[in-house]
Formats: sequence, C-alpha cells, structure tokens
Amino acid sequence: MGAPGAPVTTGSAGAPPPRPSVALREPPSLTQKSRHIGERIIESGIFVVATLSIIFIFLIFLFVFREASPIFFGSKQNADTAVVKMYELPPGLDPQEGKATPPPAASGGSSEQEVYNPETGSAPGAHKDSAGATAPAAGVKNDSGTPSARPGGSSEQEVYNPETGSAPGARKDSSAPATAAPSAGKGDSGTAAVKAGGKDNQEVYNPETGSAPGGTKDSSTAAAAPAAADTSQHAKDSLARLIVGNDYPILEHDSPVKLSYLLYDNWQPNSDHPRYGIYPILLGTLKTTLIALLFACPIAILAALYTAFFAPRRLRETIKPVIEILAGFPSVVLGFFCLMTVASIVQSVFGTEYRLNAVVGGIGLGLAVIPIIYTISEDALRAVPKSLREAALALGATEWEAAYKVMLPAATPGIFAAVLLGLGRAVGETMIALMATGNAGTFSLNFFEPVRTFAATIGAEMGEVVVGSPHYQLLFLLGVILFVFSFGINLVTEFYVKAKLIKKFRGAE
Amino acid sequence: MSTTKKAIIGFFALRIPLIFTLLIVAVIVVIIGNFLIVGGGHISWEFLTTEPRNMNTEGGIFPAIYGTVLLVLIMTLAAVPVGTITAIYLTEYARQNSWLARTIRFAVNTLAGVPSIVFGLFGLGFFIQTVGAQIDRVNWNQTMSTFHASLETRQSPVAGGKIATIDEVQKYLESSKEYDWKEQISSLSTFPRGTDARVNDDIVMRFMDDKVSLKWGKPGLIWAAFTLALLTLPVVIVSVEESLKTVPKDIRAASLALGATKWETIRKVVIPNSITGILTGSILAIGRGAGEVAPILFTGAVYSLQGLPSSLSDQFMHLGYHLYILSTQSPDVDAVRPLQYATTLVLLALTLALNFTAILLRSHIRRRQITS
Repeated sequence: MGAPGAPVTTGSAGAPPPRPSVALREPPSLTQKSRHIGERIIESGIFVVATLSIIFIFLIFLFVFREASPIFFGSKQNADTAVVKMYELPPGLDPQEGKATPPPAASGGSSEQEVYNPETGSAPGAHKDSAGATAPAAGVKNDSGTPSARPGGSSEQEVYNPETGSAPGARKDSSAPATAAPSAGKGDSGTAAVKAGGKDNQEVYNPETGSAPGGTKDSSTAAAAPAAADTSQHAKDSLARLIVGNDYPILEHDSPVKLSYLLYDNWQPNSDHPRYGIYPILLGTLKTTLIALLFACPIAILAALYTAFFAPRRLRETIKPVIEILAGFPSVVLGFFCLMTVASIVQSVFGTEYRLNAVVGGIGLGLAVIPIIYTISEDALRAVPKSLREAALALGATEWEAAYKVMLPAATPGIFAAVLLGLGRAVGETMIALMATGNAGTFSLNFFEPVRTFAATIGAEMGEVVVGSPHYQLLFLLGVILFVFSFGINLVTEFYVKAKLIKKFRGAE
Repeated sequence: MSTTKKAIIGFFALRIPLIFTLLIVAVIVVIIGNFLIVGGGHISWEFLTTEPRNMNTEGGIFPAIYGTVLLVLIMTLAAVPVGTITAIYLTEYARQNSWLARTIRFAVNTLAGVPSIVFGLFGLGFFIQTVGAQIDRVNWNQTMSTFHASLETRQSPVAGGKIATIDEVQKYLESSKEYDWKEQISSLSTFPRGTDARVNDDIVMRFMDDKVSLKWGKPGLIWAAFTLALLTLPVVIVSVEESLKTVPKDIRAASLALGATKWETIRKVVIPNSITGILTGSILAIGRGAGEVAPILFTGAVYSLQGLPSSLSDQFMHLGYHLYILSTQSPDVDAVRPLQYATTLVLLALTLALNFTAILLRSHIRRRQITS
C-alpha cells in the first residue's frame, strides 16, 4: 500500500514520493471502447447528482419564502380557497327540492350594510347559495354557525366580524372555508366566510355583521337575532378592545395580515384576537445573543490563544479534540443541562424572580457557540506566519507580548469571522432557546426576565398552527428573516473577511 | 512601562487563557459526569427495551431509540452518497476557479450556516406541502376514477344523473364487494347538508374531491430523514472534499501517466487513499444529524406512538424530541426526572460514540501520515 496524504512540502525533497497503489495497466484492449461509455455514464451521473444537490441548496430560500409570500403580495391563494364549493343540486333538477331545504327567510335585521344582505344581489349568486347551503346544517344541531358574506372588490372596507374568531371551531377551519360547515354540523360553531378579494385599506369593526346574516339563515332564531345579537356584539367589541388594546387592529385568526401589524410590542398569536407584534421577539433574540457572545467570545478566543501559543505540544493535542466534543453535544442535551443545572446556579447566584430567563438561555447558547469560535480562532491564530512571532521575540518582546500584540492583531479577520459564525449559530439555535429562555413574548429590557427568540417561536408554534393561516405565514416570515440573516453573515465572512485576510498575509509574506 | 508592572500583566496574560481553557474542559466534564452519575443509575435493560407507559411517566424508551436509529440510517443513505459524489465532482471535475465552482462553494458554505429550524421549515414547505401533497393528489385522482366508475354502475342509486340521498349512496357503497370504500363512506357522513340531503353523482364527486386522504402529505419518517440529510449534506461535502484534497497531486499525476483514465484514477487511487477521511467526515456529519431536534419538530417526530413505525410515511419517536417533551411538557415533573436523565445519557452516548469513532479514525490517519 502506498502512503497517502504525506505532507508535500518543499522541505521534504529528500524522501522519495509515496508509491501509488495502482496496478500496472494492461495494454489497451478491445474492451476499451465500452468501458469508455461506462465512464461517460458515470461521469454524467456524478454531474447530475452534484447539480441536483446544488439546486436543492437554492430551493431552500424559495420554498421558505413561498409560504410567507401572501404577507407581501396579498393573499391571492386565500381568495382562491375562499370560493365555497356548492354541494347543492342545481335548481329545478330535483322534484323534492322545496321539502329538503327551506327557502331563506327574509332579511330579519334591517341592515344598512347592503353587502351583507343576501337578497340584494350585490354578491354573486354563488355566495348567496353558499350562505343558504350552510344554514340548515348549522341549524339542525342548533348551534351558532355564522356564514358571513364579505364585500366584494367594490368595497374598500374590510369588515371584521367579531363572532367569527371567537369559537375554537372557527380557528381550525379558518384556512379552508369549505370545511367550515361540517364542523358546524358536529356541534362547533363554524364559519363560512366568503371573501371575494376585498381591498383591505381600512379595518372597520361592525357590530351589525353578525346579526344580519344570522337573521336570514336560520328561521328558528330569526326573531331573536336583532336585539340580542346587538348587545352581545357590543359586549364582545369592548372585550376585544380589552384584549388587543386601543392601538392594535382587531384581528381574527383568518384575517389577512399585513407587515404593519408586526410593528407592535406584543406577540400573542393564540389569544382570541391575535396580536403579531414582533418587537419582543426581536429584543429577546438580541438579548440572548448578546449574552451568549459576551460569555463565549472571551473564553473561546483566549482558550484558542492558549492552545495556539502557550500550551505544550502534547497538551494541545489533547485539548483540541476534547473541546470538539462539546461541538458534538446535541443542542437538546445542552438545553436540558441549562434547564436543570445552569438555571439553578443562576437563580441562586443572582436571586432572580424567574428561573428561566435571558441569562440562562444566553449561557446555554454560549456553550453551543464556544467550540465554533474556539476552533476557527485557533485555526486563524495558527495560520499567522511564524516569522512574525519570531521577529517579535527577537526584538525583545516577551512570550505574552508576542502573542497579544503581534499574533492576535494579525489574526483579527479570522477571529472576526469566528465571532460572526458564532453569532449566526447563536441567533439560529432552536432547542436551547426553546428550553432555557422561558418563552415569554413580552417586551422588557430586564435581562433576568423570560424572553423568546425567533427560532424558539417557530419551533414552539409551528406544530400547532393551521397550514396556510396568517399565523403559519408569519412563522415562515420569521424563518425568512433567519435565513436572510445567516445568508448576510456568510456573505460578509466570504467576501469581506477573506479579502482582508489575503491582503494582510500577502503583506506579511 | 515598568518591569514590575509588565511582570504582573504578564502573569495574568499567561494565566487567564489557561484558566479559560480549563473552564471549558471542566464544563464538558461536568456535563458528562452529571448525566453519567444521575442517569447511569436508571439505565437498565428494561428501560432500553420497553415502551413508555402511563403518559410517558414510566417505562422505557425503546420506540425512541428505534426511531432515532431508523432516522439516522435513512438520513445516512440519503446524505452520504450524494455528498460524496458532489465532493468528488467539486475536487476532481469542476475547474477550481470557475464561477460555477465558486458559486457552489458559496452555496455549500451558506447551507452550513443556515439555522437548523429553517431546514425544518423547508422540509414542511417543500417535502410535505409540495412533494408529499402532489403524490397524495395523484393517488387520490386514481382512486377517484375507480370510485366514479362504481358510482356509475347500474345498481348505483345515482347512476346516470339519478338523484338519491347520501344515506342511499352510503348503503350502496357498503354493499360493494369489489372495493373497500370505508374511508369514503365515513367522509360522506360529514356531508355539509346532512346525510339525508339529496344529491347526484356530480355533487358526490365534487364533495369527495376535497377529501384527499393524506399519506405522504403529512409529517413522516422519510420527510424528516430527507430534511436531516439536507442539513448534513454541506458537512459531508466539506469534509469529504478536505480528505480528497489530502491525496497528493503527484499520485494522481503518476496514475494518469501510467495510462489510467480520470475515472480509473478516482476509483483506484484517489478514493482508496482517502477512504478513512471520507468515513471520518461522514461519521462526524451523521453524529451532528443524530442530535438535531429542531428540523424534525414538525416534519415527523411525535411524543407517543402506537406500535413502531412500519412504513416510511409513518411518524416516529426520537430520543431528542422525547427528551424535549419530557423536560418541558410533562404532567408529572418529579416522576419523569430519572427518565429525563437516563434518556439524555442514551442520546449523549449515541452521539459521542459516533464522535469518538471519528476522532479515533482521524488520529489513525494522522499516525499513518507521520510514520510514512
């Protein structure tokens, strides 16, 4: 066997080159040509696989962004799915039609919103029919299904019906209005919302909306509808205001979300009237990342300095693999360690009110980041030409002066890259943040209060969200933000840092 | 600067890095020791081979071990060959400074830095919602054409545009001996206008069209494994590339000079000489994949399971996910404490075993390089 991987340096010119482990070839034979074709196939196969794996790399952003795109470009998809399919026989086909479904009662509540009146004909016929179609099913089980036909493109007002989101059934069905009626049949109160791509320039809350279609759909409750619904609507209105506060638009779980809804300081996607303020998550991520870097950078860089310059050779060769073991720890194990041990230590040292807080999470993230910063910094320090250190020592500098004042500055771009990569890891790390930060979406500058990060928000909420709902799109938007952030970091390390490194060492050589 | 001051600074400048280094090592020792001492006492044969009982507060973790191993195996089968081939392409075929090679390297580096949770989102958005949903749709359309044909037979109450109630349709389907329409019958009972509504075949078909039965378009073992494979792909590519590069150019040149073609050189010279490095890199990458939980949070892992996963589309239990659920969402915190530590120990043992294998292999390579 030949000796592979012998370091090929100009210094070892005396030793003969290692012998390759290839048998001498037979002279070209008749099989030459067919083998050639086989090789062609193999080589094109290699090319195809490589291309495919690279295409996948670019697909990632595309598909994470695609799921979040309705936030940016309006929900065309929603308008498509909102077309309720009719499961009713065309009129005149069935001789027993009149007996099966009672004709819709005349509009009970004298609604001034003509768009909600199915009789006016301003809404397309399909919508009228669907409101009628869902009514009997909801009425049979005697529950409050609320089919509300929303204004078509002609109106500039998007009206939110407070009843639609208040029931758990509505939340489940919000993504697919077509399935709302079955759940109403099971006893939940469902909602068939017919949205015809209305422009939502303004959000107006209208207490009448619930009563108008309610009066038309169900003959048994038609009489009670106007008065009773009116008061309950007002009560719900003030309750909703209590939940979301005065400045935040009253949202439902299926109302389309605009980017401007993100600029508030409360993240409560699961409450009755969800709030999607992104500030607490942003601040939480900043806090934990800051603590992680403040904790990890000094330790990792100085440890790298020690292993690179001060440690005896044998010790160095033990320490490096040992620290790399830390990189091999699953993050969920580190998270559990923080949850059990670090949290107790931090609480007994600082006497904090909350057991899990930004500091505990930050230390946990720091533990995950240390091996990354350490390994890359050590490589960067070792890559600085030895001549620099020798020159400094020859000029009378002590060992530590040479290390701190000559070698460390020379390796700055590499260490900077290490810190940047550590930053990327700290921001994107999920399990530690999920387990050790407390996950509270409140806005606070105190470092000893529970926080919630981008990654932890996605990890905690994505499992329970309705596919295609605004909340789902927002979680994907958070993913897009994370992706763009890590991409930016990589861009900086790739171009800025490498260019700087090359420039620096070209000067040094 | 006076000499004493300099000596004092020097004292600290030399000691602090040493202390920090020892601190890191101490933390590692504490973590491992902590889990070894507390968790070690609860590891038993029964714990490793039985299923969890009583809402995960008693019993063992066998399904989680089984799921983890299965996941890692499928992930390895997907990631290692593709990664190795890509690395071979990058080192042997692509011209080193062409824009293509540089773009690919940049893409690989970017992929290595993407947070693991984003891979989970990608797995959900691409594998489950796009690929899986398409497979389901195609299968469903096939089923539906058979279904339509059976609705159009002579015995059918809705054949040829006749009108009947849903009840009658259901009864007819139950009597069908040729096919098993259980699923369809149960979804027909959720018909929005009730089961006594009068319909024709057109409406039944329109209603059934939305009731796609999800097999691949939901979280499952294979999608989780593919997501993890994508996560480990850049690690495999980079480390295999490194080890391929350690084969000296002279050897390649010698092989080519002896008349070997490029592929023969790769197959008989480059790969045999770097196989240990390829293995090391692959094992390290697998070790990373085995411990990742974030990408499988919503691509297939569940915290309790009836029986072991039998198909690639089944959901599965995972050691890391099990630990996460045990430690954050358990109904009885004190009862599960020993289970948490023991589960952690098993997970840690699995990943560290992979890591140690890689380290041993690597030191073996280094020794060989030094002696030659």
